[in-house]
Amino acid sequence: MNASEHGFNPAFNMATIKQAINEAVERVRMPTPMRLRDLIRQIRAARTAAEERSVVNKECAYIRSTFREEDSVWRCRNIAKLLYIHMLGYPAHFGQLECLKLIASPRFTDKRIGYLGAMLLLDERQDVHLLITNCLKNDLNSTTQFVVGLALCTLGAIASPEMARDLAAEVERLMKSPNAYIRKKAGLCAFRIIRRVPDLMEIFLPATRSMLSEKNHGVLITGVTLITEMCENSPDTLNHFKKIVPNLVRILKNLILAGYSPEHDVSGVSDPFLQVKILKLLRVLGKNDVDASEAMNDILAQVATNTETSKNVGNSILYETVLSIMDIKSESGLRVLAINILGRFLLNNDKNIRYVALNTLLKTVHIDTSAVQRHRSTILECLKDPDVSIRRRAMELSFALVNSQNIRTMMKELLTFLEKSEQEFKAPCSSSIVLAAERYAPNKRWHLDTLLKVLVAAGNYLRDDVISSTIQLISETTSQQAYITLQLWQALAEDKMDKQPLIQVAVWAIGEYGDLILSATVDDVNDIVKPAEGDVIEVYQRLLWSPQNSPATKQFALMSLTKLSTRFIHTNNRIQQIVSSFCSSLHIELQQRGVEFSQLFGKYNNLRGALLERMPPMEVVRGGNDIQTNGDMDESEDKTNENSPQHVNTESNVLLDLLGGSDSSDLDVIKPSSIPNQPISNSNNQDLLDLLGGLDLSAPVSTTDTGMGLIMENNNGSIPLDNSDTSNFLMGDILNTNLINEKNVPTLTAFDKNGLKIVFSLEKMSESNMVSIHLTATNSTISNMTDFLFQAAVPKAFQLQMLSPSGTIITPNGQVTQTLRVTNPNKGVLRMRIRLSYTIDGALIQEQTEVNNFPTHIWD
Amino acid sequence: MMQFMLLFSRQGKLRLQKWYVAHPDKLKKKITRELITTILARKPKMCSFLEWRDLKIVYKRYASLYFCCAIEQDDNELLTLEVIHRYVELLDKYFGSVCELDIIFNFEKAYFILDELLLGGEIQETSKKNVLKAIAAQDLLQEEETPQGFFEDHGLG
Repeated sequence: MNASEHGFNPAFNMATIKQAINEAVERVRMPTPMRLRDLIRQIRAARTAAEERSVVNKECAYIRSTFREEDSVWRCRNIAKLLYIHMLGYPAHFGQLECLKLIASPRFTDKRIGYLGAMLLLDERQDVHLLITNCLKNDLNSTTQFVVGLALCTLGAIASPEMARDLAAEVERLMKSPNAYIRKKAGLCAFRIIRRVPDLMEIFLPATRSMLSEKNHGVLITGVTLITEMCENSPDTLNHFKKIVPNLVRILKNLILAGYSPEHDVSGVSDPFLQVKILKLLRVLGKNDVDASEAMNDILAQVATNTETSKNVGNSILYETVLSIMDIKSESGLRVLAINILGRFLLNNDKNIRYVALNTLLKTVHIDTSAVQRHRSTILECLKDPDVSIRRRAMELSFALVNSQNIRTMMKELLTFLEKSEQEFKAPCSSSIVLAAERYAPNKRWHLDTLLKVLVAAGNYLRDDVISSTIQLISETTSQQAYITLQLWQALAEDKMDKQPLIQVAVWAIGEYGDLILSATVDDVNDIVKPAEGDVIEVYQRLLWSPQNSPATKQFALMSLTKLSTRFIHTNNRIQQIVSSFCSSLHIELQQRGVEFSQLFGKYNNLRGALLERMPPMEVVRGGNDIQTNGDMDESEDKTNENSPQHVNTESNVLLDLLGGSDSSDLDVIKPSSIPNQPISNSNNQDLLDLLGGLDLSAPVSTTDTGMGLIMENNNGSIPLDNSDTSNFLMGDILNTNLINEKNVPTLTAFDKNGLKIVFSLEKMSESNMVSIHLTATNSTISNMTDFLFQAAVPKAFQLQMLSPSGTIITPNGQVTQTLRVTNPNKGVLRMRIRLSYTIDGALIQEQTEVNNFPTHIWD
Repeated sequence: MMQFMLLFSRQGKLRLQKWYVAHPDKLKKKITRELITTILARKPKMCSFLEWRDLKIVYKRYASLYFCCAIEQDDNELLTLEVIHRYVELLDKYFGSVCELDIIFNFEKAYFILDELLLGGEIQETSKKNVLKAIAAQDLLQEEETPQGFFEDHGLG
């Protein structure tokens, strides 16, 4: 009682206190969350990364706790904050399910943020996709257009194949909606669905067609995009849509001819977005279709001539037009117009336009080379552009434009480019220079000089094939060996960068021709100081001990040094010392070389001179196929390639080895079944004359370089092809048809031993210096001869082609036939060295002989 | 088709990212970092195009913000510059001479506007008026369902 009088009611007070405490606890537990903009402010105010991290972590922890407690009032705000945090790079995947809950909410604000979150936080690998598919299905049926819009937008962004399948029917229904806002979005959704699951295309076909009869540009452009995708997907659909070409032409015409419409105008051009899309679809429809192309020629010409070109927007349309003109079966006049547009682009001040021009010219250079040649100087200017993208394009285009007339100027620019370019350019650029030099070099000295400059400029970024082809060229160019070796010596002595390829080539040359640089004449020397023996040895010492040089380079140097012991007179002791010091090298290869070579100075000293003799000039086997050039393959080249066996190089090298030891270093080794595609370069003749010690005949060199053919093809329009080249193809034709059989020559027996007999029957081909030799190999033993291989070599003055044999197994009393074709331009006396190998009764038999009894009158 | 669009500041801070192809988060981050570094390293006089993997990157700087799009080989890079420009115009109209801060504090609006211009990486609307109309109508819808004076506390704030 007393207590109540004093207002003390324990029960009441307990309840009040409890409630107050509960509220306080609730407030502490669930305060009004920080607003998005306050969070952004706090994060931006953080001065260090650590501070920012702590703000973010605190907020993330809080957001997680609200998610756990299913707080739906603040979910929208919390997700928005989470999306901001996500953009900063922090993990936010724990918000994925909350996004779905937002999407399921009836409020538009929630849906808007929920779908935004879904697009940002989900990708198609998530398991929640089944849930979101259901949400999307609901919203696609909403009566509010913007809710449908959000759902379509989300579907377009994150559609997985399963979602695409589940919702395709809904999208198709919406494509027929009376509401343009929904129709355009559904159109692009269908586009994405087809991209993910091409099989679903069928169901959209009927609704798609009608999109083109719209006035609304949004629906039109999405319709065109959708049709383009469909046409690119299936040839049937492509044919189906061929009939819309007139519709497209009409829409495009209306766009150009219609007056100013403020809604779709972009700096004086009417809806460039739609124009470009239509031009692209026309390209797809007109490709390889004469009729469709015919129907669009006029409108393309109109767009090309009527488009305002002072701004980027007009040029974007012209660019698309050029692409379309080049891709369809357009009239030649239209193509000239297109190339001229690109020419104008090249002179544009805007770098972007120039880049696009270079890019497109590269794609079209094979169509009209001479037109592109007119812009050569502008293209070369682009090599100096500060922009790497432009430089790369300019480089590729420059190489496509090199020909025998402009090789000197072009190479000068390209070598400067190579010297100054970044690493990524060095390998492709140097290989292309080597290729172009090989094809168009005006003379040997220029060719060698160019290769030397490449070695110096490209440093360590050279491909290996350049090293071997340079060595080969030096080897075969006897008249320039002293000159180039001196040049290489100078470059080697000056090299401070440890350029491995340069060192390898230089030491190879010095090793081979070391005596020549000591006795070089004034003509070879120019302003180079002739080195003394000691200087050379010193450099070798540096090379061999420098840790910068690779073991391969050191092997080159060691071999070369050993060779120098027979070329130099006064320094033999030092050479011997250096070589023997490698007997204890830690590198096993080098140690082996050291031990081997040391033997040559001791026990086998008498053999040294003969063993280390100068190598015979190497035969030209250039693997043109390895190096890609710009442009497409000539079809005839393609065919010949198919016939050519891949093992050609190895086989002929074996034969080269075989012949190398004997006196027949002047024999030209020819690959079996080599093909009539040897362009004869006359400049080679003079130099090679020197090589032919024994046979005093002029020697056309056969180069089987298919890579070169590509450049030839590129330049078809501008330079006349070598006569010899065309005549070779002609001969090929005559051979193939076997029309004329002028003179039959008696057969001769080339080989007859151990039951294997080889008979040649000769046949003169008309009006050429070519004789076909039909070889018949017969087996008179009682066992099978397997792995039968016939190889032949003729002097360099002749050209030999071998077709494939009829088989490799000769049964008892059976036979194998093979055809050889020998061209003898100088009507010389034919000698042929042949090598045979076969296996009989498990034993490998190898035979070798020379055939000298060819009748001479067959060449008359 | 556009594969993704990135907005970032001169300091290399990402301001907006829109992906139209599905990549794991890790890859997205790697791509973003790589492109931001490459583009920021380019000098202002260089052209707006990059060849990157099998994509063409088109970028343009507006004040302190870089807009960067990745498009496919047969897409028109010059037109992509126009798409970027159109987006900038829309932001400008919506915010009234837009600046980087507008996009930072209202990033969700920037996304909403982009979603009315592009869908699935392709252009869905070529009329500026239509885009802004759709955005305004949706903003209105949002306001209507939020009672007066409630928005400050209950909206995004």
